[in-house]
Amino acid sequence: MITGRRVAIVAGVRTPFAKSGTILKDVPAVELARYAAKELLYRTEIDGREIDEVVMGQVVPSVLTPNVAREVSLLPQLPPGVPAYTLNRACASAAQAITNAADQIALGHADTILAGGVESLSDIPILHSRRFSRVLVEAGKARTIGARLAAFGRVRPRDLVPVSPAIAEPSTGESMGQSAEKMAKENGIPRAEQDRIALMSHQRAAAGTADGRLTSEIVPWLGGPGMDIVATSDNGIRPDTSLEALAQLKPVFDRRYGTVTAGNSSPLTDGAAVVLLMAEEKARALGYEPLAFIRSYAAAAVDPGWQLLMGPALAVPKALERAGIGWQELGLVEIHEAFAAQVLSNVQAWASPAWAERLGLPGPVGEVDWERTNVMGGSIAIGHPFGATGARLVTTLANEMRRRSVQFGLISICAQGGMGYAIVLERR
Amino acid sequence: MTAFTTTVDSGLALVTLDLPGEPVNKLTSGLIDEWETLIERLRGDSAVRAVVLVSGKPDSFIAGADIEEFTRLTTAAEAEALSRRGQDLMDRVEQFPKPIVAAIHGACLGGGCELALACHWRVATDSPKTQIGLPEVQLGLLPGAGGCVRLPRLIGARAALDIILAGKTERAQKALKLGLVDEVVPQSILRQVALAAADRLAREGTARRHRSRGAAGALLDGTPVGRRIVYRMAQKQLLKKTGGHYPAPLAALEAVRIGLEHGPAEGFRAERERFGALAVTPVSRNLVRIFFATTALKKDDGVPPGTEVEPLAIGRVGIVGSGFMGAAIAGTAVLNAEVEARLKDAELPRVGKGLKAALGILDERLKRRRLPAPRHRRLAALLSGTADYSGFTRADLVIEAVFEDLDVKRRVLAEVEREIRPEAIFATNTSTIPIRDIAAGAARPERVIGMHFFSPVERMPLLEIIPSDATDARTVVSAVRFGRAMGKTVIVVRDHPGFWVNRILSPYLNEAGVMIEEGVPVDLIDRTMTRWGFPVGPVALMDEVGLDVAQKASKVMHAAFGERLAPPAAIGRMIEDGRLGRKNARGFYAYHEGHKTGVDERVYRILGVKPLEGFAAEDVERRLVYLMLNEAAMACGEGVVRSARDGDVGAIFGIGFPPFRGGPLRLIDELTAGSVVETLTRLQEAHGARFAPAPALEAMASRGGRFHPD
Repeated sequence: MITGRRVAIVAGVRTPFAKSGTILKDVPAVELARYAAKELLYRTEIDGREIDEVVMGQVVPSVLTPNVAREVSLLPQLPPGVPAYTLNRACASAAQAITNAADQIALGHADTILAGGVESLSDIPILHSRRFSRVLVEAGKARTIGARLAAFGRVRPRDLVPVSPAIAEPSTGESMGQSAEKMAKENGIPRAEQDRIALMSHQRAAAGTADGRLTSEIVPWLGGPGMDIVATSDNGIRPDTSLEALAQLKPVFDRRYGTVTAGNSSPLTDGAAVVLLMAEEKARALGYEPLAFIRSYAAAAVDPGWQLLMGPALAVPKALERAGIGWQELGLVEIHEAFAAQVLSNVQAWASPAWAERLGLPGPVGEVDWERTNVMGGSIAIGHPFGATGARLVTTLANEMRRRSVQFGLISICAQGGMGYAIVLERR
Repeated sequence: MTAFTTTVDSGLALVTLDLPGEPVNKLTSGLIDEWETLIERLRGDSAVRAVVLVSGKPDSFIAGADIEEFTRLTTAAEAEALSRRGQDLMDRVEQFPKPIVAAIHGACLGGGCELALACHWRVATDSPKTQIGLPEVQLGLLPGAGGCVRLPRLIGARAALDIILAGKTERAQKALKLGLVDEVVPQSILRQVALAAADRLAREGTARRHRSRGAAGALLDGTPVGRRIVYRMAQKQLLKKTGGHYPAPLAALEAVRIGLEHGPAEGFRAERERFGALAVTPVSRNLVRIFFATTALKKDDGVPPGTEVEPLAIGRVGIVGSGFMGAAIAGTAVLNAEVEARLKDAELPRVGKGLKAALGILDERLKRRRLPAPRHRRLAALLSGTADYSGFTRADLVIEAVFEDLDVKRRVLAEVEREIRPEAIFATNTSTIPIRDIAAGAARPERVIGMHFFSPVERMPLLEIIPSDATDARTVVSAVRFGRAMGKTVIVVRDHPGFWVNRILSPYLNEAGVMIEEGVPVDLIDRTMTRWGFPVGPVALMDEVGLDVAQKASKVMHAAFGERLAPPAAIGRMIEDGRLGRKNARGFYAYHEGHKTGVDERVYRILGVKPLEGFAAEDVERRLVYLMLNEAAMACGEGVVRSARDGDVGAIFGIGFPPFRGGPLRLIDELTAGSVVETLTRLQEAHGARFAPAPALEAMASRGGRFHPD
């Protein structure tokens, strides 16, 4: 359990999550983050002077605005003296931002913090080759035109091919999808089960969109050349998809024997999400009714060369232990769906005594009850802007805990580098 | 008086100018005396090698001559003598045997600029507050202390004429590019750099400047033939621009020409003679008065003097209605007042469109480089939009800019009152509806006020602020100050139908319609009034405003004032034909791709009239002008404006009443009320009761009074 002051989740909002290359493709990540933060300030009617710090997560930062959080804290709605930093814990970045903020509040270093994350995978830096970069640096330093021309003279056509960052593990060279494929095979997760998870994700997200539970956390995006094209919901959700349609899709990472498809994986996504955190007494003093409180959190990691996305198998029991509660006490669970194969692998690991032994745990964590898990779908349908997902999960969970009057809730996130992250929320 | 303090260090005299009791430095006669004494002392002081002149005021070097003194000049000879004193002073600076360096931060205008020009080196700060220029022609004058001679010699004929003839001011970077200043530095090192320059000049002798103007520049500025082309083009442009109403720019052009072609001595003579002549022209008198009136309005909070209220600091504005007006109010508020502006409309796509339009105001500044990119980004982030009232709880001011309809406005007021804090102000942007009617059902009528913006908001300088009887003083002061922060000239007017501007406009526009029905050609009407000095004629103005909007306003006026302000049938028939003016590219004029292409001749057939020949422009002019003068007198008599000053400023900035005529009330004073009554009586006999002289005017005529005390 976090020791110190109790930390309240007052509110959270996010932009619509949009598949990369669609409606948000021309919007730099920094503008998405600023927009979400600004609207959170207006929706909560909070005085900008109350904000003590801004913490944001971003996984693929722009080289032009490496500290996106500072650009958020320089919104004119805030005083200019609000410190801010941007962190990277891969797909758990926003969750990390939220718990870092919670630590500061618990310690009494801050009362009110804006925390969240952002990603624009339409706006990733494309790099020059190393050789060409070197030429540019030399040319820039050259004092004479001759020297400059000499530098450019060394350029070969192949040097001009740009390099884009891959979603691959530097330590293994394995891509995220390849890892998911490997896990599906090693853990014996059939294609049909993966597709069922994907179908459930879409159907539940569609229901949450239709009844407004999911859209209530979205601040509408006004886009298009005339700013009159309004997006109020996530554009990756397919209400009409079916097991048959999902079954049609070809595996991406192992065309012959694979089971991981575009349909049962989360798509590349643009979006931002921000949460307003406060010390409990501060929230009460300002007249806010907290949605939930942060009870505990934990990070863990496994060898990336083993089962890359198995981190949650360790992080969740750790967080529950710190929370001092058991799995069966959880009224709601939000599992980040990077891949259906990963979700089902995590679920398998939590439930099985054999896995507990493999992981060195005293016993299995618990059996997932799908009626209480990902009740409004997950990242497969809603989308997954790497840096923002953690804040979406916290917002969605906290809102639903309030609606259902649930005492304990959990979020579980797998992240690059074999990492896992878990947060336990409580209502009262 | 001790305006100057001098400290000498290592042979460098740092002279600080700080005019006692004034917020800015200006060149008064007393200051000139003091400067002359000082400079003689410095001449004889062997310990002084060079001089740096710097201002002790926060953001003004020297803002110009003391214009108060100009108003006391009664003859051209007196004015010429004043000019000569200025010239002599500048001459003494220029001829001073030791180098003098001007260290410029803040306004360096008019006489202040001329003094800087006479110095041997000019260092300016890069602050946006640093403005250098010669705005004299805007007051119907010309630079009379050597500026007409020195500036063209320093920066070339074309660049100098560009500044002098338009009365322009330039920022430091542009001034550096032009050669108007020699160095631009951050404010923190201004003195240091100026002292170093003084030291260098003292050791090395004369200042060296070299600047290439390019081949075309060398030909145009550097040869008599080239300059002749420059003069001719400038003259042609000026005649077109001033319509022959403003003598000052032409006189300045002459002074510049003589100075360049016949040498400085002749130039100075031409300059002071023309300054003398211009200073006593009615045009200059009126322009100076308007300058004083607007200056006075900048300090006028719209409540009786001595009213003690703590105005609400306005940092967040909610705007309801994201149409054309609402969006422009938001954009202008953000741009000039730097406040948060949150647009609310019923539908998000409308909100988005409004935000786009508001951003457009910022984008346009960015494109014209009036707004640096980082500042643009900051200001753009002050804009936001919503389809609910989120973000309104902490608003200080909510401006309603919805459809001009009493019920709609009342409903919005009721909605907004539920959302905002009790201290917050609700302003209604209406052009005709009485504020008391809108505020009738308000929970807090003391916080309700009218703010009548003119379209396009980002360009129109006037704002009418209308308290109802229930509005409290704090609300008035807060709204007036906010209007000023938005960059507007604010007049506080009485809560009476049409307020001031639309009131005096109403009979004038009606009469234009009546004339068209009589068969007066549209272009004759408009041409006559633009020749009289209006920027657009009344018919073209109706097209700009929108015929539907004009009709709506005229109906309100008709209902309030009866037959006298009955609208002509012409407008109604135009609307029936689907003609709304420029907005749908169909009006009295035809439009092609947004450009007016001329009178749409089909209009006469629609109205069932034949345009006739033989109408005299004088008759057209008399009918239109006198109706406006009469209405102005009547409304002023009813206390619609608090003073004749406000009335004239409102007419000039609200409808483009020719500034050189001083405003409608000033014009009555100049014509005399008796003569205006007489003309109106004759017009009444010829054209009907709507020309009946206003009671206030008759009363004034009978006692020989004036609207303006001076």
